[in-house]
Formats: sequence, structure tokens, C-alpha cells
Amino acid sequence: MLVVTCVKQVPDTTQVRVDPVTGTLIREGVPFIINPFDTHALEESLRLKEKYGFRVAVVSMGPPNAEITLKKALALGADEVVLLSDRAFGGADTLATSLVLAEAVRKLGQNEEVAMVICGRQTIDGDTAQVGPGIATRLGYSQLTLVDLVENVDVKTKKIRVRRRLEGRHEIVEAPLPAMVAVLREINRPRYPTVPKRLQAEEATVPLWNNKTMGLKEETIGLKGSATQVRKIFSPQRARGEIIGDGINKPDEAAGILINRLVEKGILCL
Amino acid sequence: MPFNFVFFVVLAVSLGIFFWSCYRRFRLVLLGKAENRSNDAGRRIMGMLYHAFGQRCAVSHGYNFGLNHVMLFWSFIILLIANTEFLLHGIFPDYISLSLLPDGPYFALAFIFDAASLLALLAVFIAIIRRLAFPSPYIEARNPDAFAILILIALLMIAFFGLHAGEIAQGSERAAQYMPISGLIASAFFANVQSGSLAGYIEAFWWVHAIVLLVFLNYLPYSKHMHILTGIPNVFFRSLTKVNTQPREEFKKGNTFGAGQIDQFTWKDLFDTYSCTKCGRCSDMCPATFTGKTLDPRLVINDMKVNLLKNGPLIYQKKPPVLPLIGERVEGSNHDDVLWACTTCGACMEVCPVLIEHVPKIVDMRRNLVEMISRFPGEVVPFFENMEQRSNPWGIIPAERTKWTAEADVKPFEAGKTEYLFYVGCFGAFDARNRRVSIANTRILNASGISWGYLGKDEMCCGESLRRMGNEFVFDRMARENVKMFKEKGIKKVITQCPHCYNVLKNDYRQYGAELEVIHYTELINDLIKAGKLKLAGIKDHGKIVFHDSCYMGRYNGIYEAPRKAIVSATGQVPAEMERSHEKSFCCGAGGGRMWMEENMGKRINIARIEQALKKDPKTICVCCPYCMTMFEDGLKDMKAEDKVQVLDVAEVVSDVLK
Repeated sequence: MLVVTCVKQVPDTTQVRVDPVTGTLIREGVPFIINPFDTHALEESLRLKEKYGFRVAVVSMGPPNAEITLKKALALGADEVVLLSDRAFGGADTLATSLVLAEAVRKLGQNEEVAMVICGRQTIDGDTAQVGPGIATRLGYSQLTLVDLVENVDVKTKKIRVRRRLEGRHEIVEAPLPAMVAVLREINRPRYPTVPKRLQAEEATVPLWNNKTMGLKEETIGLKGSATQVRKIFSPQRARGEIIGDGINKPDEAAGILINRLVEKGILCL
Repeated sequence: MPFNFVFFVVLAVSLGIFFWSCYRRFRLVLLGKAENRSNDAGRRIMGMLYHAFGQRCAVSHGYNFGLNHVMLFWSFIILLIANTEFLLHGIFPDYISLSLLPDGPYFALAFIFDAASLLALLAVFIAIIRRLAFPSPYIEARNPDAFAILILIALLMIAFFGLHAGEIAQGSERAAQYMPISGLIASAFFANVQSGSLAGYIEAFWWVHAIVLLVFLNYLPYSKHMHILTGIPNVFFRSLTKVNTQPREEFKKGNTFGAGQIDQFTWKDLFDTYSCTKCGRCSDMCPATFTGKTLDPRLVINDMKVNLLKNGPLIYQKKPPVLPLIGERVEGSNHDDVLWACTTCGACMEVCPVLIEHVPKIVDMRRNLVEMISRFPGEVVPFFENMEQRSNPWGIIPAERTKWTAEADVKPFEAGKTEYLFYVGCFGAFDARNRRVSIANTRILNASGISWGYLGKDEMCCGESLRRMGNEFVFDRMARENVKMFKEKGIKKVITQCPHCYNVLKNDYRQYGAELEVIHYTELINDLIKAGKLKLAGIKDHGKIVFHDSCYMGRYNGIYEAPRKAIVSATGQVPAEMERSHEKSFCCGAGGGRMWMEENMGKRINIARIEQALKKDPKTICVCCPYCMTMFEDGLKDMKAEDKVQVLDVAEVVSDVLK
């Protein structure tokens, strides 16, 4: 059985600035990284592979250079990777993105039964947390979000039991397979690739599926298929806070002043 | 008797067994990877004379009993001639004998051998007394192996005296009057023995001497005293340069990385293990051993030797090894936490009398853990990722590399125009406390009027910790990028703030073709003062100062005096020395990537070091390394002593008194 992991290559958002004149993101010189939440999704897939013998396929929708992210997935132990890349996919919101990803899962499922799709909770660039649920809805899978522990997968009876972390409580949920599992960062600690696997992955060719392969209707994908239109991007102006202490000396004194200020402002109640 | 057949057979059999034992041991060494250790034979021989025959390490570093080893070593060398003659004379009694020499040389040799035997016996006696009465904590004083060998040597000497005393009493020794000790024994014990039974005694002592000698010889390859055979060659095959870097690895598909199995070391690494006599000086110096970690450098070497003896023959037969080199808590295996406890401070290598290279072996095993099986303390993963993605240990945005310059007068390095690059380093750029040292350094540089510049956002981490932690793969990429950038920008002279950057730029990057003139700022300060370019406006009192040597400045690069001189210039005060300073300095605990790992085992190394410093009752602890600065400041805070003692960098002390 197959576990499909969805990953996204994102700009390192801590380094992204908005051009004040054009209102667009300055992407030049900003390094791309694998979406941090997705590294935990991949790690969980690899752990399930080791525990239950699944095969792990990793899919990513993005520009051609996203193959670096997929090579990293190979280095970490993914069995198969697919890059979904086509100009027609560009500018997609979560509606259009989940359509393409769901179709990719369906195609991967033609040869091998899909047990589950694992996604990160959200991406650090869009921050919507909608793509995972979108895929689940489109494929009719059980939808398990905010998962911080996969307790058990019963391959025979095709059931999965997970723990969801909600505000102030946990919820243990059992659901039929196939399921879409969106994981929190707390679920695991991602592994580090070995050098032989990295060298192997660097030489690997990443299969590319464009819309010819996928055969989706033009009006359902990319910018055309998106329900969201971006009007303007801007950095909200925030009032600068007060810096207390110099970060080195007399931490107790600085902490005292800080607490007093917070109490004055009514943020903290003693 | 022209030919003693019985002894010939005895000697032939025991030599046969001896050479067979040696063959079995030494062929295992050849399992190791190739490495050229015989270039520049002249220097090697000179070093051998100095270290081995000069017994340099035995008598240095304040080890008083080392003199006893010198005495034993030299008596052994002298008696080697005597014993060779003894064995040959045993086979051809009529044809080979020193007594065939003319009187002059013969009498001289007789005297020398007599005296050397006494010295050897005396040395054995002192060694036994020391082991019984004053065992040092660092040696396995009561090791049975040690007593076995000492008793054998003592027996050999007693038989020597018995034999010669008998001959003197018999009147058959023409050098009698030149053998005072044997003569004394003759008159004490054999004066009243009849000549008939005297011959019997002589015969008996001769055979005791012969048998003990041959037993001794055959015992050597199986005991820790194998160093008698391997120590001198090991010094010959030593590293001709300071062991301050690790060899590169070739990242090609199909290669293995690091040492995860005993035959993945070099032959010299394996030969090193045969040369260790477990004297324990490395253990005595090791900060990890001192603070109760599982690491003991002597045991690392011993475990490798045990592993080689166990797995080597199997590897020869193409069978899988039975004892893992890494991961078990049994003799012959190094547990992971042993390998991760090393600060790579190099104190072990500094004191090793036979110049064993411990640190590269530990790093080699770390490489295996990191690169081949990806097994290391969990807290290291973010460090590795940060280094790779953002070229600094904390994962701070590279754009923030220049934030500290808000308070400093800096200028960019301009290719073709600027003479010196000031390589700030990650600590100097990002760490709040060490940014102040960077500011102090820019003030010094500006005051001196030399042409300097910095790289700003383009500066990348040198990758030092990665290399010591065994992540050679990522280090290799960072090194290539840095060396490429240095070449493109035409950088030739670099001033570093951090001794770790210093060592990487100077020694590690040389492997990548970078021929940089690297200067630590403490050296530069002295040069500038001497040249009259840097003028100080008097001195400033910081109370009593104690100076702490950085391992990567001192032991790794031999720079001990520059920071001290700078302190003297700026304070008018000679800094106080801790009990362990200079070559014997005690690490702050942050080297070898330990900065990025938790220290859960035993006592904290920085606390131990601060305790040593506080014994000198200082007002100021002076350092010249950002790692040391962090470890001392953190430790003082932990000990709630930060109000009593301040930590200052040498640059701060100097910049305080600029004109």
C-alpha cells in the first residue's frame, strides 16, 4: 500500500520582504526551503513505512526548481517522487491546488492502493491549512487534521487511530482508510539524510507530470481555477515596541521592568 | 665448544614464535587504508631522535616519574647490545664474544653494561614502589600486565649479575675490576663457594638469563609493552605538521565515509593503537575524562586495538566482524556518547609520549555516525540544517549579519584595494556579547590606520564545528564556496576574531587550495604596537587578570604569547597563570561542536575550568575566543559569580586604552 506525502517548496518567509512600490514579494536572493511542516509529514510517512511496510510517494506542485525539494525527500528515504509542474498550474489558490494534488493521488492510486495522504498542517507562505482538507474532500477520504500522534494503523481492517491536538485537550479518533492526515510539528523529529543517500538522490531524475499527463480542464487549474484573487500585498505597519535591557547584562532587572510594563498595559495580571 | 646445538634449537624456536606473533599482529595493520607517512625521512629521523631517544615527552609536562622511564629506556638500549651478544655467544661460544675485543673497548663495555643493569634494576624497583605506594590516578597502576613485565626485567638483571658475579668469583672474567656491581655481588655471595659448584651456579644463571630473555621477547607482542617494539617507529611515522585538521573525503557514489569498521582507518591509525602503553597521560589531560564523561582517550585507543585483534583476522578471511567498532559498552567498542564527549581540544595529543593522534580517529568515527548512519544527539539536527540553509549555527537570517555594525565604523572589502579582510565570524556578527568584541576590534583596526574591510552580508560561516562533528559533507560544500569567494574577491590576508575561524581558514582550507595569510587579531595587535602603528594612551586597571588559552590558538597553532603580550601592553600587568595553561591548558568545553550539544554527563567542563580560574582569585578572566567567552560567562552566571568576576576579551582590554 502507498502513503502519499504532499510537500511544498516555499520561500524562506523570514527573509521575504515586500517591495513598497510595486506591492509584490521580493523573491530575488530569497532561498527556497522545504515547508517546515511538510518535513514532519514526510518523517511520519517514513516512520509508517518502517513500521507497516508502506511505500512512500512524495508529490509536490511547483516550479521546475522544486525538484531540489523532491531530491531531498528521496535522500531521506522516499520510494517515489513526482513533480507536478506546468505553467497552467501557476497562480493557484487552495481550491485549484488541491484539485491538482488530488488528481495526482488518484493517478498514483491506479497501480497501488493508497492507504493515506499525509500533509503538513499548513504552509508557512500561505498559512491557510486548506489544501490537506481540500484533497480529502475531493477524494472522499477520512479527514484527520491537527494530528500529533498516529497511534495505530490496522492494515487488515483498514482503520487508522490518531490523536488530534485541540485547544486544551486531545481527541483520539479512529477512521477508515484511506485517510488524509495533516500533522503538527510536534508529531516527530525529522531525520537527517545519510551521505550515500544524498549522493544517490542528487543523481536521480525526478519524474515530471505536466497538464498533458494530468489532463485537467484549463479552467479548473491555476489562476483561472482559483476562487481567490490577490488585489494588493502590503506589510502592515506596526508600532515599534520598547526594547528593555541590552540582552546581555542584568537579566533580572530587565525582567522586572518588563513585568511592570506588561502590568501597566493591562496585558498581564498579577 | 664451537656450536651449542641445544641453545640453537631453543633460540630458533622462540625467535620463530616471536616473529610469527609479530607477523600476526602487524599484518592486521595492513588492513588499514593507505597513507603516506614516510616522506621527508630526514626530518622524521631527527624527530625520532628528539622524541624517542631524547625522551622529550617523558621528561616534560611535569611528570616526575618520567625520569625513571628515561633511565629504563636508555639502559634497555645499551643492554640491547649486551643481549644480542649474549644470544650469539650462546650459539657460538668460541667464535662470538665481546671478550675477543681488545682490552680497552672490552673493559669500557663491561663497565657500561654493569652500570646499565644496575640502573635498569633501580628503575624497575622505583616503578614497583610507585605503583604500590603512590599510584597516580591516571595510570592503571596495579595492572598485572605491568607487574609481569617489571618482574621479568628484574629477573633478567638479577640473572645478569648472578652470571657475571659467578664468573668473577671463578676468575674467568678478565674485566672483573671494571664491573663494580658484579664484583660486589661476587664478594658478597660467591666468596666462599667452591669452584666446582661455582660452575653450576654460572650455568644456572646463564640459562635463567636466556630463558627470561626469550620469555620477555615472546611476551611483548601480547602485552601493553608492545610499545617497546612499536613506539620508536610510531614516532618516525608521526605527522610532520601539527595535527590541527582532518583529511578530506571524496564524495563519490559508492564510497564509505568515516570509520565505522576497524579497516576503515588508515594503517597509521591502527599502528598507533599498538604503540599505546596505557600510560594514561592523555586521560590525565582530557577535560572530558576529568569531568566524569565516558570518554577516556586512552580507552578509545585501547578499544580500537582490541577491536582490531578481534575483527582483523575475520576481515582477512572476508567474514563479517563480530564486534562493532561503535555503539557498544564493551571493551573493543566505543559507545556513541564517548565519541560525542570529545571537545577536540588536543590535550591528549600534546602529552602523548609516542605521538598518537587521538582526535582525528574520534572525528573519523563521528563521520561514520553522521554521514553513514545519521545517528547523533537530536539537538544537533537543527544546527546542521541551520548551517546548510543559512550558513550560521542559529539559523538567523543572513541579512542580520551586519546588524552589529550600527555601532561600529566599518567599511566593505574592496577587491584590489583593501589589504586585509576582517573575517568577523558568526559569533562576532550574531552573538550579543561577542558583537561588542567585534566593535572593539574595529576600533583597534581603525586606530591603526591599516587598510581593512569586511564582507558584510556576503560573509559565510567557515564551517568549523561541522568538520569537527564529522559532517564533512556539508563542510566540504561550505569550504568550496568560501574558498571560491576568497579567490574571486582576491582576498589574501585575513584577520580573524575567532580562533576556530583562524584554524579553518589557515589549515583546513589549505586542503582546498587556499593559501591565505591568516592573522589572529591578538597577533596583529602586537605587530601594530611594535611597528608604532597602534598607540595606546597608557594603561587601564582591570584588577587581577587571569588569562585562559584557547585550544585552537594555543595547542592547535602554537600562539601563546601574543594575547599575553597584548594584555601586558594594555594593562601594565602580567596576567596570572592557571595551574593548567599554555600547552596544558584546559578546554572551556565548547570545542569540537560541543557548543551545540547538551552536556548531560558528569560535571560541566566550563564550571571545572572556572573553578581553576577562581583559585587565582582574579577580578577579570581574559579570553581571546568567542566560544571561551560564552562558556565563561555562562558558567559564571550558573555559579552566581558574575558580579565578582568579569570576562573580557583581549580586544576589549586593548580598545579601552586606545588613543
